[in-house]
Amino acid sequence: MYTFSSKLKTFSFLLMAMGVLGIGYGFWSAPKDIQEVETLLAAESHGSHGEVKHETSKSVGAYDASKGHEESQSTKEESNPKVLHTNSTSEAVTESHESSLHAEVAEKKGGHEISEETEHAEHLNHVLHQLQNKPWAAFYVACIFFMLVSLGVLSFYAIQQVAQAGWSPVLFRVMQGITSYLPVGSVVFFIVLLLCGLHLNHLFIWLDPEVVATDKLIANKAGYLNFPFWIVRAAIFLTGWSLYHYYSRKNCLAQDEASDDLFYKKNFKLSAMFLVFFIVTESIMSWDWIMSIDPHWFSTLFGWYVFSSFFVSGITTIALVTLYLKSRGFLEHVNTSHIHDLAKFMFGFSIFWTYLWFSQYMLIWYANIPEEVTYYITRIELYNLPFFGAVVMNFVFPLLILVNTDFKRITWVLVMAGAVILVGHYIDFFNMIMPGTVGDRWFIGVSEIASVLFFLGLFIYVVFTALTKVPLLPKRNPFIEESKHFHY
Amino acid sequence: MSNKVIYAIYNDDDILMDAVKKTRAAHHHIEEVFTPFPVHGLDKAMGIAPTRLAICAFLYGCIGISVATAMMNYIMIQDWPQDIGGKPSFSYIENMPAFVPIMFELTVFFAAHLMVITFYMRSKLWPFKEAENPDVRTTDDHFLMEVAVKDNEEELVSFFQSTGAVEVKVIEKH
Repeated sequence: MYTFSSKLKTFSFLLMAMGVLGIGYGFWSAPKDIQEVETLLAAESHGSHGEVKHETSKSVGAYDASKGHEESQSTKEESNPKVLHTNSTSEAVTESHESSLHAEVAEKKGGHEISEETEHAEHLNHVLHQLQNKPWAAFYVACIFFMLVSLGVLSFYAIQQVAQAGWSPVLFRVMQGITSYLPVGSVVFFIVLLLCGLHLNHLFIWLDPEVVATDKLIANKAGYLNFPFWIVRAAIFLTGWSLYHYYSRKNCLAQDEASDDLFYKKNFKLSAMFLVFFIVTESIMSWDWIMSIDPHWFSTLFGWYVFSSFFVSGITTIALVTLYLKSRGFLEHVNTSHIHDLAKFMFGFSIFWTYLWFSQYMLIWYANIPEEVTYYITRIELYNLPFFGAVVMNFVFPLLILVNTDFKRITWVLVMAGAVILVGHYIDFFNMIMPGTVGDRWFIGVSEIASVLFFLGLFIYVVFTALTKVPLLPKRNPFIEESKHFHY
Repeated sequence: MSNKVIYAIYNDDDILMDAVKKTRAAHHHIEEVFTPFPVHGLDKAMGIAPTRLAICAFLYGCIGISVATAMMNYIMIQDWPQDIGGKPSFSYIENMPAFVPIMFELTVFFAAHLMVITFYMRSKLWPFKEAENPDVRTTDDHFLMEVAVKDNEEELVSFFQSTGAVEVKVIEKH
């Protein structure tokens, strides 16, 4: 039996406390009204602009103060997708985010007269929404990330059951421990979705009836993107996954005390059914919770892409938790071969993620269809460092580190690679969600870090509490002997 | 001086593994072991150094990606930077996504083929190469261990008979 070390417990409480404080600060410091934004923008464009803006978008080329306000004219060229690497200044970037809006404005300027004031007010309103979204989006990214990590572990676990893997049964209890975060995370996540539906934030613009009224593209999707249908789908998915977690663990424990393999077979069938349910719901989930942030944009392999991201994070989490428990002497039968296998999965699925990332990116870049390519224009212009940094962290780094067989058995190498992969995939989710919610107002600051700390603390607390409940070695699994003596 | 070797023939890979371990423990130098199929753990039991073929493959892959990059950079960007369907041929990085499939394929191509050729050369395998079977049965169902004889022929023969060999032969090698 595992005992939750008091140090780790204190640590998790500390993380949660720090997280709550930071999240609270994020909401408290978000601007409340237009006036605040006005003073903020005024402060930015005079004097402090260079520093503040430069901090928030390092990726963008050097700021040239003299050019600052002349950029809006060239915005249309900037947003032309022909050249993805522009040396636009941060000011141009602010503008080009609203390229569609500004293009319209610029056109109208030619014919009709649009007053400067209306435009200014619209801009302020836009920035206000982005800034108000910031703490919400930070919370949302961390919330969905940790929930999907445990879902990734759950799908890995189901695959191991169905594939009758001979190596992994010694790790089943670890996986069950990690997936016990899923119900808890689901509840928090579902509450966030409900709050979105109650119009407490602007994360999903299609939830705003005013937007839908004026936006034909979204209005046409209202048959799918409407709050009741959306929230019911979410409820079904989250419940379905948690039910699999619950019954699979229950059967696994019952199998320990049984005299035949009935519960094992039950689990086998249950896992097979779950995998079918999972792949359908996972796909829809990715449209609902991530792709609908940008409701004008669509991509067919998005579901797989999201899956590969949290799947590799899930496997990495298994490896890290296993290494931790092993280092504390709780996993007697886990040897370096098990670790090696997990590391191979980390390596392989890192490359799988890159394959999908690149396939999605290259197809859209190559064809350069305006309605699709805006997705990447926003990301490359405004999120240059996180966007390409995620590829370095999730592909280049694991590729060079984990390609070596000997390294896959060395604890500190794996912990380092695992940490980079997890941070990289957090940034991946950040890249998916932030551009549609806060645009160029992004920054990895107090809100973002605090949200991660809070969910990390909650994750550690829930997972390691669950691990104390049952023995860490399944007793009567038909493959447990093979797994104990697994060596590669 | 005569060059005698002992051929100890086994018909079971488990017995062979035990015999190899015993031979190593008795400090007899194993010249070679012939088996009809890969015996898991035999190389470790014999104390053979691990292969460096994977390291070769990695380096060949690096060569492959360099060749691909240099080639496409020269052809598409330096030599004749045409506008083909609006693709930005101003610098390599701007048009890189279009080159990645080829960079990938050439990396794999170089890594795979050069590694295979390295393997052939290092294990001296080529067409019309004379086969080196000491006993035709070793390709079918027998395992053969070859040990050099110094001046301890009697002792070696009895040693190998005690390790479960079905046949122990002393052969004069030229």
